[in-house]
This record gives sequence, C-alpha cells and structure tokens, in this order.
Amino acid sequence: MKRVVSPVGSQRVSPAVEVGDLVVCRGGREVLHGLGFSVAPGTVTGLLGPSGCGKTTLMRAIVGVQVVESGRIEVLGRPAGAAELRARIGYVTQAPSVYLDLSVRENLRYFARVLGVGHERIEETIETVALGEQADQVVGSLSGGQSARVSLATALLGEPELLVLDEPTVGLDPVLRRDLWAAFRGLARSGATLLVSSHVMEEAEHCDELLLMRDGDLLATESPDELRTRTGRDELDDAFLALIEEREE
Amino acid sequence: MNARITWATALRVLTQLRRDPRTIALLLAVPPFLLALLKGAFQHDPETFQRVGGPLVGLFPFSTMFVVTSITMLRERTTGTLERLMSLPLAKLDLLFGYGIAFAAVAVVQATVTSAVAFGILGLEVAGSTAAVVALAVGNALLGMSLGLFVSAFARTEFQAVQFMPAIVFPQLLLCGLFVARDQMARVLQLISDTMPLTYAFEALNGVTTKGSLGSRGVLDVAVIAGATLLLLAFGAVTLRRRTP
Repeated sequence: MKRVVSPVGSQRVSPAVEVGDLVVCRGGREVLHGLGFSVAPGTVTGLLGPSGCGKTTLMRAIVGVQVVESGRIEVLGRPAGAAELRARIGYVTQAPSVYLDLSVRENLRYFARVLGVGHERIEETIETVALGEQADQVVGSLSGGQSARVSLATALLGEPELLVLDEPTVGLDPVLRRDLWAAFRGLARSGATLLVSSHVMEEAEHCDELLLMRDGDLLATESPDELRTRTGRDELDDAFLALIEEREE
Repeated sequence: MNARITWATALRVLTQLRRDPRTIALLLAVPPFLLALLKGAFQHDPETFQRVGGPLVGLFPFSTMFVVTSITMLRERTTGTLERLMSLPLAKLDLLFGYGIAFAAVAVVQATVTSAVAFGILGLEVAGSTAAVVALAVGNALLGMSLGLFVSAFARTEFQAVQFMPAIVFPQLLLCGLFVARDQMARVLQLISDTMPLTYAFEALNGVTTKGSLGSRGVLDVAVIAGATLLLLAFGAVTLRRRTP
C-alpha cells in the first residue's frame, strides 16, 4: 500500500519523506515490518497509533538516528541520515532533550550557535512556545509541559524544512494544545512539512493526513475525512477501531 | 569542525558547571585540603611530604576531570541531549574539543589554587618551576578528561560511572611510582604500569619536582601523555554514534 499523502487539490510534487519496505529491529525483535508511505511537503501528517506500536522508531529512522535493517528512506530528496540534512530537520523526542541545569534562554542560545542562526530567532521561538515569563528560569525547575516546550523551541530555532515531533502535546493544557496546533499549521503554511505523532485520536483532527499504525504495521494512510467516510464512523476513535477489526477479519 | 560550535560547547559546559557552585567549591577546596592532611600525617617525616606532595599537585586534576567528565557525558547520553546533538550539524570533534577547552580551563584554576596553597602556605618545595607543575597538571586534566569521556560509554548509570574511579584511576595511582618506586615493584607490576598513562604523568611531574626540569626522558613522558590523550579522544569519538540500535 503506497500513496502520496498530499493536501486536497494540490499538485503532485516530490514528497518530503518517502519510505519503502522499511524494516527495523530493536532488541532482537522486528518492530517495523516493511512500511511504505510518503509525505507531501507543506502538510501536517499525523502518525497515530497506540503506545508501543513503533511510532518513535519510525520517526527515529526518518531523522536518521535509528539503525535500520533494510528498506529505503528518502528525506527532502536525500537518504535519511545524510550529513547535509542535519541543518534541515528539526526533531523533538518524547522526553525533553535539553539541559536541565541551563535556563530556557541559555539552552536556546547554545543550540542557536550550533545551528548558526541569529539571536532574534531565540526570542521568536520563546514567543512561539509561550515561555516568555520563564525564559531565564532553569529548565529543571519548570513543569513537564514547560520543559517539553523548551525542547520544541530548540527544534524550531533553525526553521527546519521538516519537523519531526514525537508526542509534542502530551500533558499540555487544552489552550496551549490549541495554540501549538495553530503554530504547526502556520509552519506548514509557510512551507514546512510536519510529522507529528500522538496516541490520542482526537489530535488527528488537526492533521491533513494520517498514518495509522499498529504493531509495527501501517493500517492506513488517509485524511481524517476519508477515514470517516470509508469506515462510516464519525468519531475518529471508532474509525480506528473499525480499521483494526477490518484488518483482523 | 567549526570553531563557533566548539567554542559554544565549551561555554555551555562552563555555564552548566557555574550552575553548580557546590561542585566548584569541592573541585577547588578538596586538593588543598588533602595536601594539608598529607602534611599533617607526615609531620615527623617531612621528606616524604616533599617527595609525594609535588607530583600530587599535578595528579589531582587527572582524577577530578575523569569523574566530572564521565558524569557530564553520561548525562548527555541519558537525557537525550547527545542524541539531539548527533542529529544536528555538529561534528563529534566540536563536542570533544568543546569539553576539552572547558575542562582545561577548570584545570588551570584548580591547579593554580592547589599550587598556591601547597607552595605558598604548606611550605611544599619543588626543584623546578611551579608553572611547569601547573602546566603538567593541565595536561593530566586533559588525559583524565579523555579517559572519562571514553569510559562513560560503558556506564549506564551514575553509580557505575562513579565506580570507574576506583576501578580505573586507583590502580594507576598505586602503580605509577608515587607510593613505591617502580624499580622496587615486582616485574609484572612494572610491566603493567608501563601500559598505564598515569605512570608517564607521574614521571614527568617527578622530574620537575625533584630534578628541576623535564629532561629528555620527561619530554618523552609528555609525548606519551599527549599521545594517550589523543588516542582516548579518538576512542571516545567512536563511542559517539549518530545512529543507535
């Protein structure tokens, strides 16, 4: 099963991410069983599925930090993990990966220097993740949701063409979640491609396209509306269940 | 490699350290305190204090930087910042040299404070220049740092990393010639100590503190220290993986 995920009415363009027959083993066990799909540029694609289904492994493989068994992954026209891609991809892991003993601003300043971006980007990204008041606080003293946003801000610094976000909205309050999804939408509108994972189906509503995963396999790649139409369910949660049942029959 | 990134990394490591004043206080206060204890313990045998104290000034930074570096690097691994860095346009050498610059700076301060106390207050006397002792101390700090960087790859927890100190540093201290002259040790122990970088660190320091200069043998010792540091850094770079299973 393979199709180009693209926004309604858009032209066929070369995909931002193209994956074929991807097999990944972790801890001696095969966790991704030959996935294939592609992601169109300028879209928000949701990677959805229960905990432990392989979302993080798939994202790691796309970013190029995962040892893969076999298969093909092209990212922005280059093989995943190519050195040239490192400045063009932003990756946010599930657990915040920032320095707990530095302040928000010090973290961003360091990563801005690594990326070679100007100082003004530091203030802009602090604004985007709404951490202005905490900017000079040490990350270790922030709440879980706040430190997750520091991690996100770090990935936004370099205005990457592809953003890979692993469960970025977990544990955030509804207002903030809405604001972040609006920010993601804004980034996509300005041309960035976003791949966002979640284990909560309601998040799927914010996505142009969905990659639905279960046990290391891809169940479907379609838009939320297509999923509803095909399964005849209004609630995306129910639609996902219907898909699983369909698969098991 | 990129000077901007290397420099930024060094500044970042120093900022992290600054956030931990207790560690700074310990780094600076413990070596002079131990030397004071040593002087007290050898109250009736001042010659031993004179013989052992000088080289010790230059060996302290080796063990402190070993521990500090292995814990810092272990934290980078366990908190995911290393994985993030490896997905960014940062060369492995930027990271290693950034660490090197930061910890060398700390070593300069530590060795200067320790020498000031040892030579100024405790009455320790050396044949050579105290500046040479400080310079060797900084070299030993870099050796300890690169060893710490390398072994941190083999520790999963901070408990394990701390245990590497008695496992890897103490044997070198015991056999380097500080406690017993190497020619009085069993042949097999001599051979083992030949393979340990700290032996050369001690020999070089001993040359400066007892004979007054490095001499040709001391130059060789310094070359071994530098070579071991670079080799360990290369091993350390191998343990930094862009892709992990």
